[in-house]
Amino acid sequence: MNHKFWIILSHTYMSRFKTKSFLISTIITLLFIVGFANIQSVIDLFSSDEKDQIAVIDETDNLFPVLKESVEGANENIALVAYEDSEEKAKSAVQEEEYKALVVLSRNGENLPEGSYYAKTITEAGEQQVIEQQLQQLKVAEATQAEGVDQATLEQIYAPVSFEKVALDDSAKTTEELSQARGIVYIMLFLLYISVITYGMMIAQDVANEKSSRVMEILISSASPVTHMFAKITGIALLGLTQVVLFVGVGYSLITSKQEELTGGILDIFGFQDTSISLYLYALVFFVLGYLLYATLAAMLGSLVSRVEDVQQFMTPMVFLIAIAFFIAMFGINMPQASLVTITSFIPFFAPMLMFLRVGMLDIPAWEVMLSIGILIATIVLLAIIGARVYKGGVLMYGRSSSLKDIRKALHLSKKE
Amino acid sequence: MTLVLNNVTKRFGDHTAVDRLSLEIPEREMFGFLGGNGAGKTTTFRMILGLLDISEGSIAWDGGSIGYDKSHLVGYLPEERGLYPKLKVKDQIVYLGKLRGMNKQEAMKELEGWLDRFKVPEYIDKKVEELSKGNQQKIQFISAVIHKPKLLILDEPFSGLDPINVEMLKEAVVELKEQGTSIVFSSHRMEHVEELCEHLCILHKGQDVVQGSLRDIKRTFGKKNLIIHADSSLDFLKRFPGVVQYKPITEGCALQIDNESISQDIFAELQGKGFIRKFELEEPSLNDIFIEKVGASYES
Repeated sequence: MNHKFWIILSHTYMSRFKTKSFLISTIITLLFIVGFANIQSVIDLFSSDEKDQIAVIDETDNLFPVLKESVEGANENIALVAYEDSEEKAKSAVQEEEYKALVVLSRNGENLPEGSYYAKTITEAGEQQVIEQQLQQLKVAEATQAEGVDQATLEQIYAPVSFEKVALDDSAKTTEELSQARGIVYIMLFLLYISVITYGMMIAQDVANEKSSRVMEILISSASPVTHMFAKITGIALLGLTQVVLFVGVGYSLITSKQEELTGGILDIFGFQDTSISLYLYALVFFVLGYLLYATLAAMLGSLVSRVEDVQQFMTPMVFLIAIAFFIAMFGINMPQASLVTITSFIPFFAPMLMFLRVGMLDIPAWEVMLSIGILIATIVLLAIIGARVYKGGVLMYGRSSSLKDIRKALHLSKKE
Repeated sequence: MTLVLNNVTKRFGDHTAVDRLSLEIPEREMFGFLGGNGAGKTTTFRMILGLLDISEGSIAWDGGSIGYDKSHLVGYLPEERGLYPKLKVKDQIVYLGKLRGMNKQEAMKELEGWLDRFKVPEYIDKKVEELSKGNQQKIQFISAVIHKPKLLILDEPFSGLDPINVEMLKEAVVELKEQGTSIVFSSHRMEHVEELCEHLCILHKGQDVVQGSLRDIKRTFGKKNLIIHADSSLDFLKRFPGVVQYKPITEGCALQIDNESISQDIFAELQGKGFIRKFELEEPSLNDIFIEKVGASYES
């Protein structure tokens, strides 16, 4: 029994591992990760080293040097060049792409700086934004200076207000803890969502494949359907683990090797450095339980399909379930205290995502977590029992597969009467 | 190790697929199952293998039920091809062999032996989907016997094979029997059962209409075939008492008669009615028995 479990497991693992589609998708994802880690180099590769030349016609005589200094200081990819000829000629030079844009500086009635920006096309972000900001600062400086406000006062005005957020509840999470938890919750939600869909589909396909080629009849005359089902689920899980370890490993080593480039980036947002161990453990527990729950469902659904082409159709309800859970979680990550989140965190198919979200984002009593885990485990056991029955009957059932009716028929087939 | 089926019944809802079937299949015997489509043969096999639960009655082999702990002693060839189409023959057989308790080396050795025997050693590295249907059946057969089972269940083993391959497979089956395997098989072809089996059972709508050893079945059937070749007209035999069936043939007629003694009456009647070139009393064929019991020809 135990021995056969390992035989089926390793066969499931190896036969999937050796398929072209698995190797190709793994390689493509790895390339994607490598590309993502080197995103800065990739961008640099495509953008030319030359700075964007922007022509400036200064009608004020004294604004240009100050603006040039502040703009080039703010964005080193921009170079401001004084243009000596007429405005018309400058505009046609922009049209001919000699310059990226033209800026005409002048003073208004109140002797304050103003500018016009001419470019082939206008986009929201980019050079004009930088120039506008710097010009605004120039204007503020000039205006305040004219009114006799000194520099120190100005700095005081612009300094951000001090606004400290303190939770009075002792056990409540600090803002810092929350943003760290949010990172882990995000990652766990995405991983679970993608794993359930990818590997759930693989399980269902494998089962349907063995059924449609009728090799299943021989398999379950050699090993019990329950052994077969769980060996399949575990085999695919290990396959998934291989992939994830490979991705995370490559990703991590790339990130650490490029630490200096990425500081203030991903690592800070997700705050991996000092998240508590217990949150990682919860992530693991809910991930494993969530996977098991959906994998069992997938195996059961797969056993009802007679043709591999029908797998997609049968998996739709499962994909909907996980998608709904995912969307509630995405909504709940910003308002974890919503009653929708609280309720769904006890409903088996949503619990892996939503209870973990609550554990991460809120401070909830341990019994609630344990209750949710208990409900999950009970559901998995129940589903495994029903699944095994359906599986046993389902794999002997051929013909047009349609719907829920089949589950009843399959249960009937595996029953005594 | 005798296989005993005791009042086995299988119901699917209102439909009774197998109805109170009792059988005893002795060790080292070949037991034949005959029956039309939907007669309950495959259902019976699946119950023996434990794939389906029994509604009523019991099945015992060697005194106990056939559980997964004994699956290495049992071989099964299902009616439909059951192989991974994309897997190479050797990977396939090694995997299935392992599930039946073999290790890789043993399975490879046996597989090579069997492929040589079936004169197709080059198939070892081929994918199953590349093989013809008949050759897939050979692979399927190898997968059922690779682990030298004590009990072998063959569901329509000869379907889809040409006569040469049928002979090859038959020889293998007989050899396995001589080596001590109990074999249960069903076949579309009466002559295969007639040729191979000591005991048989004819199923019809889930019930066994005939059961026992081939010799006994033929003897107790009573009716005999009588073939007469004569120069004169034999038409009067159509209405002769005891004649069940009259079939004219080119040189005379073929009769089915109620029992042996009728032939003596006919023999006496024929005296002085011209030259008789042949007068032969034959055992009924299994096909005759089948038609009689089931009420329709199986072959059709």
